[in-house]
Parts: sequence; C-alpha cells; structure tokens
Amino acid sequence: MSLLPEYRDPSKKKEYAVIGKSKPKIDGPEKVTGAAKYCGDLKFPNMLYGKMLTSPYAHAKILSIDTSEAEKIPGVKAVITHKDVPSKKYGISPARWDENCLCIDKVRYVGDKVAAVACVDEETCYKALAAIKVEYEPLPAVLDYRHAGDEGMPNIHEEYPGNINTEIHQEFGDLKKAFEEAYYVRKDVFQGQRAYQSPIEAHCAISMWNGNKLTIYSTTQSTHYFQYYIAREFDLKMGDVRIIKPYIGGGFGGKLEPTGLEFNGAVLAKITGRPVKMFYDRADMFYHNRGRHQGTYELTTAVDKNGKILGVHANFILDGGAYTSLGIATAYYAGALLPLTYEFDNYKFDMYRMYTNLPACGAQRGHGAPQPKYAFESHLDNIARDLGIDPLEIRLVNARKPYTTTVNSFDIQSCELKACLERVAELSDWRKKKKEGMPKNTGIGIATGAFVSGAGYPIYRNDWPDASCMIRMNEDGTSATVYNTTVDLGQGSDTVICQMAAEAMGYRYENMRIISGDTEAGPMDFGAYSSRQTLMSGWAAKRAGEDIKRQVLNMAAAMMGLPPDDLDARDGIIFSKSHHHPTKWQPLTYEEVVSQYCKLYGPLIGKGMYKVHATGGTFKGAAVGTSPAYSFCVQAAEVKVDEETGEIEVLAFYDVHDCGQPINPMLIKGQVHGALYMGMAETYWEEVHFDPKTGVCLNPTLGGYLLPTALDMPKIIKNEIVDSYEIVAPWGVKEVGEGSTNPTMGCFRNAIVDAVGVTINSTPITYEKVWRALKDKKEGKQPAEIKMPPPPANAAVKPY
Amino acid sequence: MQNAVKGKDGITRYLVTIKVNGDEYTRIVKANTLLVNFLRDELDLTGTKRGCELGDCGSCTVLLNGKPVDSCLVLAVEADGQEVTTIEGVAGVDGLDKIQEEFIKNGGLQCGYCTPGMIMSAKALLAKNPKPTEKEVREAIAGNLCRCTGYVLIVKSILAASGQEMETYYE
Repeated sequence: MSLLPEYRDPSKKKEYAVIGKSKPKIDGPEKVTGAAKYCGDLKFPNMLYGKMLTSPYAHAKILSIDTSEAEKIPGVKAVITHKDVPSKKYGISPARWDENCLCIDKVRYVGDKVAAVACVDEETCYKALAAIKVEYEPLPAVLDYRHAGDEGMPNIHEEYPGNINTEIHQEFGDLKKAFEEAYYVRKDVFQGQRAYQSPIEAHCAISMWNGNKLTIYSTTQSTHYFQYYIAREFDLKMGDVRIIKPYIGGGFGGKLEPTGLEFNGAVLAKITGRPVKMFYDRADMFYHNRGRHQGTYELTTAVDKNGKILGVHANFILDGGAYTSLGIATAYYAGALLPLTYEFDNYKFDMYRMYTNLPACGAQRGHGAPQPKYAFESHLDNIARDLGIDPLEIRLVNARKPYTTTVNSFDIQSCELKACLERVAELSDWRKKKKEGMPKNTGIGIATGAFVSGAGYPIYRNDWPDASCMIRMNEDGTSATVYNTTVDLGQGSDTVICQMAAEAMGYRYENMRIISGDTEAGPMDFGAYSSRQTLMSGWAAKRAGEDIKRQVLNMAAAMMGLPPDDLDARDGIIFSKSHHHPTKWQPLTYEEVVSQYCKLYGPLIGKGMYKVHATGGTFKGAAVGTSPAYSFCVQAAEVKVDEETGEIEVLAFYDVHDCGQPINPMLIKGQVHGALYMGMAETYWEEVHFDPKTGVCLNPTLGGYLLPTALDMPKIIKNEIVDSYEIVAPWGVKEVGEGSTNPTMGCFRNAIVDAVGVTINSTPITYEKVWRALKDKKEGKQPAEIKMPPPPANAAVKPY
Repeated sequence: MQNAVKGKDGITRYLVTIKVNGDEYTRIVKANTLLVNFLRDELDLTGTKRGCELGDCGSCTVLLNGKPVDSCLVLAVEADGQEVTTIEGVAGVDGLDKIQEEFIKNGGLQCGYCTPGMIMSAKALLAKNPKPTEKEVREAIAGNLCRCTGYVLIVKSILAASGQEMETYYE
C-alpha cells in the first residue's frame, strides 16, 4: 500500500504549524458583529428594486400579457416580458438547456417566470406585479412523476416527448448469472420526498452596467459558472462580466445555478440605466426550489449465505420538476455512487428522471445520493434480518477496501470504511446492545455512506484548471492575501484555504487575509459544489503558498549567505536546517525578507493551480460521479419510539468519518452536526408539499416547512474521524460536509425498525406514519406496499 | 398617534423617535414600515437580517426595551419612544462582547446569517439568567433557526459565555 511514510509509521507523523488545528473562522469577527455584508445588505446610489411575476397555474398557455396598467403606477421604472429578454434557453446542464429568462408561450409550474418589474422600492414592486394582466389558457398538468410517462399524459416540453428528461441504463458484469447463482435474492421498493435546501438567506442579485460591462453581485455558489452562463446568455465576452459574491447565508446546493434574478435583473438594469436589486421572498424560494428530487427506488440484491453481495439491480424514477436544473447529474449520481461503499461485481442501473409541472429539483447536499443510499441501507438491513446476520456484520463483510476499483470504474485510493464501522460499533457499544438487547421500544440502526471530494469533470465542458490561486505578500511582510474565486457558504473554506496557504508558506494563519469570490480580483475556481474546495482549491492554495515560500527562501538565502536548500520557514520565521550558531546565521523573519524582496523586485506574488487527473471509465455517463478521491462515513442512531403517539426521540447519534487528514477539526465537527441536523430533519419532518390537483405549494414558509430547532437535536452526539491519508490530495484531505448526509436517513430508519418492528418504506418517517404502522401491526394488517411505477411509455429501454 | 402628516399621495406618515444602541433617531415612517426595515433602510444597520418576514426564523431578532423580539413583527410606529438594541450595539469600543468571543472561539457560526439574531437572543437570556441550564439556552434560541450548525456549537458558545459547559454529551 502506497501510503506516505509518516502514515505507515505514526511516530513519523509530522507536526504541522497551522493545519490540523482548530483555528477560529477568519470571518468570525465580521459575522458576530453584524458587519458582514450579504447581498441583500448592499445598496448602490440610484438603485432600483426588482421582482418577478410568476405563474399561478402549473401548466398553461400564455395568451396575452398586458403591462400598461403596471407601467402607469408612480415609481415603476420598467416592466419586461419575454419580448424584452434574450430568448436563448439557459440551464446549468449543457445537455439540457431548457429554461427561458421569461416564459414565451407557456408556463410549466406554479411559480414559473412570466414578467419582471423594476421600481423605486419593494412595496411598489408588489403593486406593479399585481397590476400586470396575464391571460392564461390552463392546460392539464402532470403532477405525479410516477405517471408522468403514462400514455396520453400532456407533454411538458415539446423537445422531450413522453416527459422523459433523462434516461440512464448502465450494466456491469453479469447480473443475470449473479441472481441465478445467489443463495438469496430480495427486492424492496422505497420512496423519498421532496426536500428543500432552505438556506436562511434568500437569493438576491444586484445587476449594473457600465457601458457594455455587466457587474452582478449575487448569492452564488460559483462565480465562474455565473460569469460563463451570463456571458453566454447576453453574448458578452467573459471579461465583460464581473460576478461578485458577498458573504453567503448558506447554499447547500441551491445557489449553484443562475436564476431569473440575474438574467432579468441585468435586462432591467440595462433598460433603466440604474443598478437593480432583484430578490426572492421566502415563498419565492420554495417555488424556485431546486431542492432534493423525490423518487421511487426499487432495489434487487443477490447475496451468498454470508450476506456477501453478488449483484445489485437499481431501478429508480425521479421527479425532476419542470426544468432540468442540475438534475442530469442528480440522476447519474443516484446510481453511480451506490457501489462506493460495498464491493460487488455485477450491477445494473436503470433511471428515468421525469418532467412534471412542479418546481425544478436540483442538487441538495449529498446530491442524488442520500435517498438511494437510504433505500439501499434499509434494503441491506432487510436482507440481514432475513438471513439472521447482524447489520454491522453484513456491512463488514461487504465493506470496500482501499485501493480498489468499483464495478463502474471509480478508482478508490484511501478508504477506511472498515475502521469507521469498527469505531462506530465501539462508540455505540453495538455488539453489547445486540447481545443483551435494549429496553422496550428503543432500537439502534447503522448505515454507511461515501461521497466525492470534488467532481472529476466540470459542469460545462472545458479544460481550464479546476482551481487556481494567487497570494500576494503585503510589502512589509506583515500580512499575506489570498486571491481566488472559491465560495465560503459558511462551511469555512476561506478559513481552511488560509490555513493551507499559511502552512505551505511557513507563515502564520493570523496574518492571512482572503479576497474570494470576485471574478475580477481572483483567478478562476469553479466554486462551492460537490465538496470540491478543500481538495481542489486547497491544492491551488498549497502550490501558491509553496511558490511564495520558494521566493522567500531564495531571498533569505542571499541575505544569510546560505544555500536556499538549507533553509525552511515555519510560523513566519526563516531558519537554517543545518547551521546553528548563536550569532552567525540568525533566523530571519518573513517581515525582514519580504521587505527586502519588495524593495528590490516589487510585488511578491505566488501562484498555483490544480487540474484533476483523468477519472472514470469509457461507457456513456462514466464521467459523472467520479472524483479524485472519495470520503467514507458510518453513522449509528439510537431511538426511542412512543408506542401511543408514534413520536420518535433520538437518544444518541454516532458518526465516524474518513475525511483524510483534517485541516480544521472544529469546522469538521460543525459540518457533521449540520449534516446530522439536515439528515434527521429529512428523516422525520421536512417535506415540500404540493396540492395534488393544482401544483400549488402548501407550505412555502419556514414555519410550514419543519426546520428543526435547537430543542430537537439529540442529547448525545459522538463524532470522530479515523486516521486516513489521501495520496492525491493536498496533505491527504477529503470531504466531510456532504457525505455526512448519506447514511443519516438509513440509520434512523433501521433504528426505528429495530425499536418497534414496523417497516416504513417512505420518507419522511413522520410520527403519524409510525403511529399508523404500529396500529396496523396490532390489528394484524399488512403494511401498504409501495409499488414501483411502470417505465414511461416512451422509454427507449425498459429495465426488464 | 401624534405628529402625523398626510402626503400628496394620500398616505399618512408618522414622525417617530427610536433610541437605537443608545442614540435617538427621528424619522418619518409609514404606518406599515416594519422595525426591521426601519433599522436596515433608514439607519443602515444591516446586521439585523431579514430571513422570512413572518416571524419564523428569528434572523431579525433585536432587543426592544431589553426583550428579544422579531423586528419583522414590530412596526416602526410601535417602537416610537422605545429603546432598541441591535447586533451593532453589542460590542463595546474596547472589544467584543463575551458572547461574541465565545461564538468565534467555539465555532458557533458558519454562514453567519442567523448569528446576529442568535447573539441577541443569547444576550437577552444571559441578562436575566446569567447561569442558564442547557435546556434554558435551547429554549431561548428555539425561535432562531440555523440551517448550518445543528445548534450544537451555538449552545456550547452561549453556555461558555455564561462560564458553563454543555450537558449534552458530544465529542
């Protein structure tokens, strides 16, 4: 095994000066004082406010739009419809650009964009929207994804007959043979719900023009993608589009793609010649959505008598909503990431992502993986129960080993899944609890997960570096500023990048500054998605830091009269590695050396970049889901179920993660707690509800959509990381924040089954569902079975 | 209400004087002007965040005469003659408040959007109850939604500011 020497022998582990330490967040002081400016906090002279009119119908023809009354209202500066905006379709998945800035001939969901206004204040915007008269001809709507592909259903997009947005069929090995030779084969069907990222900060964009140059301040997870897509829509040169990300109030995947706010705001700003601030209110957020896809997941698995998995057939159908958003990737991720945690040689993956007349679904934390993983972990527990195998043991039997390749050609380097399983077992006292039993109505469940540390390929095809970074020393050496276009959504990337840069420079974290998220200030980086920044942007920061250090050591070598190879830097001190003398060869400070450098040569700048190595196989869709490295994670939950009410109390929660070498342990804890909170909420409470007849969202508020409060968290949370080092990553790092959502729903579900013996195969596992299931059990009724919908009538290939 | 004037547009506006972070500000507002918008738009105190405008999220929490309120549920005219403390009024000239320091030290914030509201709720709690139990801390911030942290390190930060450790077992 090609681990670095320090990891073969822990005694050789290097003591780092900056990384591996719980440094306080670099943006902490600004955020706790209210000084931090978010997009909605910004104001510009002469700024107007803008808002979009959205459709009240799920599916309707637009017959006419009359804006004349709205235009007469004092303070209304511009009203635009599809005639005023580019008609070029946009999206984020280039394979399916299917969205217009404003709808042209028809609307496809309640909330679809119809017109937009720019006014002197917010109040006037709402008045103006109410005065726009739109004549619609309502059309029959497709509101149930399970029947979206049925014969005779209305077609949502002309280009996609039968409402099939994405169809995937992949087969590896010989599944038929595996099923024939198996000791046991089981099939289960599970269902997931629509969930929503629900960041506390709503989307906002402020657009302004200076001649032909467009500047947009935006709540974005990727300044680069916004720059690219906005330049494309308006036929501008990339250099004429500047995207600036102020502080971002959470994203979780929902802020990765440009919205009508950017496109229509830019048009309104052009027409009025004034900056325009476009914003979503809370209900708009739920309608814009791009949250978690709901789906139905059929899994058939063949095992031998020890529970070793021989083959898996995953047959999935997803509700994509009215547009593609990031959904093609979601659809691939759903099946592509399943073989990460367990080793098996035969695999078939069938998927239909259906168009419906509901808000589009996109990438929410864990992108495509959490619901299928919940289904698989539940399914595996069912198999274990049928065979009389302990749920922990069946996972140990199948757990992936390091330096292996998955059935779908994903190359795994570091993988400490077995160590995670064993550690969770120890922390939770699993074996003792299983042997001696637990009190009545309490149970324990376990599940595994894995996730990417950055996507192997960018969202639109290009060969730019995945990440790049520049560091400039202040001339007197008392501070260093990182310039890049990473996005700190709260996860702490600014902090981690500065720690990594300081470590590489031999400098101090406390003297680091960062300007991130301005396409005109920092070199290109694809931003915050697929858990990419610590590994990818970290590489660029490390290399930029090393570039600074090289130049500093060269300068110091001349000043000290020693060869540069003999020098090193740590904590801002440059010293000789071999020459120790009380007066000669005195160490120098960064301040002394950088000052000297800048006086002689001018600016001291370091640069670095990172490009992912080629990943994945050669079959169709092989690239999607690949990553330079994969994290692994195991969770267990102990729950107590109230037999009378169905209420579930989470007694304890355990999480052990293989996230490579940690950079900031405190931030890792924060990520795991946040992922637990979100995963737990999706297990029990959170669901975006729609009226099944009209497609109107029934709970578009933070009170109606049940975000847990501080009172809802478990009393015991133990989380740890295992020793691990990823060879393709800077200092061996891997992701932690998204992967931690993958096992959560499965381990809670398995704990409930263990506690009360009722199986609920759909999320959220609400207290009501538990109560009903317990009632049915008492009355001897069979639980209602979830059926896999038939494949769409128009499908090119049918699963069997 | 005193000092009402009717504008050319037929809308009546009111002269209000609100003491914010120790200073009195007099402005003319409409009857429907929310306190949160008064603070953000009239006084540029944008540390008070707007999250939902329905009283669900608590991002706009300020202290009204020392009590935590959602400033999106208070009209500016209701706050006339009252005292308001916002996040900008928490730190002193000689440095951060203990609560603010503990949030930074313990990782009690991520995206920071709920942080001002959280700190205001914590401020109100510790002012009347300097040694709260963990449950009391959780109850005090139950009206403040955070989407990032799972609340664990926020609770830890507030307890640390009161010189206490967490009861919840976590490591």
